[in-house]
Amino acid sequence: MSEKKIIIIGGGPAGLEAAYHLARQNYNVVLFEKDSETGGHIKKDLRLFPDFADASQVRKELSDRIIQPNIEIKTGICINELVQEGNQWCVKSDNNTVVYGDAVLLATGFETFDARRKEELGYGIYNNIITSVEFEEKLKEGKILTTEGNTPQRIAFLNCVGSRDEKTGNHYCSRVCCVNGVKLAISFKELYPSSEAYLFYIDMRMNGQQYEELYRTSQQKYGVTFIRGRISEAAATFDHKIQLKSEDTLAGLPLKITVDLLVLMVGMESSLSTKLLAGQNDIRGNYGFAESLGLNRSDYRTKKEGLFLAGTCKRPLSFQETIADAGAAAVQIMDYLKSIK
Amino acid sequence: MEIKKQYWNEYQKEIAQDDYFYERSCIRQTFFPGSEATFLKILREELGKKIVDDPKIHTCTGIGYHSDIVPFDTTMAICARLFSLMNGAGLKNYVPSCVTSFGIFNEVLETWKHHPEELEKTRENLRKATGREFEVPENIAHPSDIIYNFRKELKLKMKYSLVNKETGNPLKVVEHIGCHYSKIFSEKSIGGTEFPHVLAGMIEEWGGEVVDYPERRHCCGFGFRNYLVMANRGYSVANSRKKFESMKPYKPDFIVSNCPGCAMFMDRWQYTIAEMEDITYDDKGKGIPVLTYEEMTGMLLGYNPWDIGMQVHQVQTESLLDKIGIEYDPQDKYVGVSGTFLGEPEKPTNLGV
Repeated sequence: MSEKKIIIIGGGPAGLEAAYHLARQNYNVVLFEKDSETGGHIKKDLRLFPDFADASQVRKELSDRIIQPNIEIKTGICINELVQEGNQWCVKSDNNTVVYGDAVLLATGFETFDARRKEELGYGIYNNIITSVEFEEKLKEGKILTTEGNTPQRIAFLNCVGSRDEKTGNHYCSRVCCVNGVKLAISFKELYPSSEAYLFYIDMRMNGQQYEELYRTSQQKYGVTFIRGRISEAAATFDHKIQLKSEDTLAGLPLKITVDLLVLMVGMESSLSTKLLAGQNDIRGNYGFAESLGLNRSDYRTKKEGLFLAGTCKRPLSFQETIADAGAAAVQIMDYLKSIK
Repeated sequence: MEIKKQYWNEYQKEIAQDDYFYERSCIRQTFFPGSEATFLKILREELGKKIVDDPKIHTCTGIGYHSDIVPFDTTMAICARLFSLMNGAGLKNYVPSCVTSFGIFNEVLETWKHHPEELEKTRENLRKATGREFEVPENIAHPSDIIYNFRKELKLKMKYSLVNKETGNPLKVVEHIGCHYSKIFSEKSIGGTEFPHVLAGMIEEWGGEVVDYPERRHCCGFGFRNYLVMANRGYSVANSRKKFESMKPYKPDFIVSNCPGCAMFMDRWQYTIAEMEDITYDDKGKGIPVLTYEEMTGMLLGYNPWDIGMQVHQVQTESLLDKIGIEYDPQDKYVGVSGTFLGEPEKPTNLGV
């Protein structure tokens, strides 16, 4: 067993995956999670794209395998200070817990975009406009109903809410919303085959394995209709439906459509913890995400010796990419620990 | 609604408290001739403010500018002359009556902020053309901003409220904001582009209920070239119709606007649509009355409806006055200032009066 200790901040997929690999190599790990349970955002998911894997099962596997004697899991603790003291790293929490370690892995993840910032889309103002996160939670409950308790006959999904958007200052693509929208549209059609599902997009970025096939299946098997255009405005009608204004940019025509439910595919933003801790260590990069040495140099190391990054604290990543990223970060940490006395 | 209010709070603006220089609109005195006089009366007599109504004012070029017949250099020089008139009156707070002018002035000031060389060029152009110098205003507020700002004080002086006297229910009011008030520079408006609060705040304060209908933010139909180019006028009517169709199910009691063009077109096009299609958007075949915010304020303060110009509306306003319980003499409706009868206008074929 090594004497070296690694502090992992964040108990989502990246933190759990890295903790597992480090512990397997006999390092001591202290893992901090701000929520009462580990798992991060997949706690809210029913199924994962593109293979519709059971999200709770995936989460259980990730969580179960870190129950090891050399992993100390501290949940319900929010780290608000991260400082380097000589060769050691010190973290302090909101309840005055102080822990020292030889290396730190920042796995503080992302936060979903607050859709209220897009006022024109009416979220938080009108009923029957929800986010993709809320839609997924409804899926977990097994039914999708409007505020009035009716089954939606027509539903629309809108991609790129808070992503690729100059108005909100988020110029980047959140990478997962396209395929996630396809997944949600399929899930809806599975529940209500006779209902109509529309998905509004800028362009469909189906760049992962099996994504394109899923996109095709959604159209051929489930009859999801894809419309290339953003929604300029959503407003409630007299009969509690939502009127959408858009443009079908392929047909070159303005479009007005009334739906029972509008689902906003909210993008990823850097989390408060990422902004705070990256800021304290001068590694706060674009859009508040943590900055590594560089995509083409070392995407896991930072300019601070012993401070490493994994997962969506760096930029939007899919679940699969996050897992791969965390494994690679663990290798880099072990390499670093072997290089120091 | 709480969330909506939270967002409205994010778009607040500085509004001068007193000492205003008023610039009348080119078109409002023809469209709604009592509105500007009513505003001046409210400010001077109800609120005790100083406001200068200078007869030397002139166009801001707005309509010509937006129709591509006046170059921006000319617009800047003409706006600069208006500012110099304000300077001459010893004032720093500019109040353009027209929403188009409000947009133009903000655009000019924003241009000068980002391109100081344009400001210097304008100074030189004005000097060469008129020998005048000018300083930019410290504050530009639309008159609707000022009424909004003093809505609580005015409420204390009001004889009536926006309540149906028979049922005791709040009147349902469609508020329509001029595009150039909030859609060019969100931060220059109260409430921003999506949920402007300038008129909604007055309506709610004075007892009414704002109708939130799907086409609330849609253009009134004027749209400058939609109307100014005769061949495009069908678009103008079609846009107004879209709004009327959208608000109709909510049974609004009246429409209020802060823009000269919007109030005009939403009023007159109801007549046009009634004549073209025999359709009105109320239950009684008389149309939905359209008021300016000055008329709404004056009406609630108890001013004689015929003194504030309600009789020159296309859609007649008596049904609204009766709902609120406002006293008026029908015999005085077409009596001029001199006391002589001016004659009654011809009645439309389809739109009820």
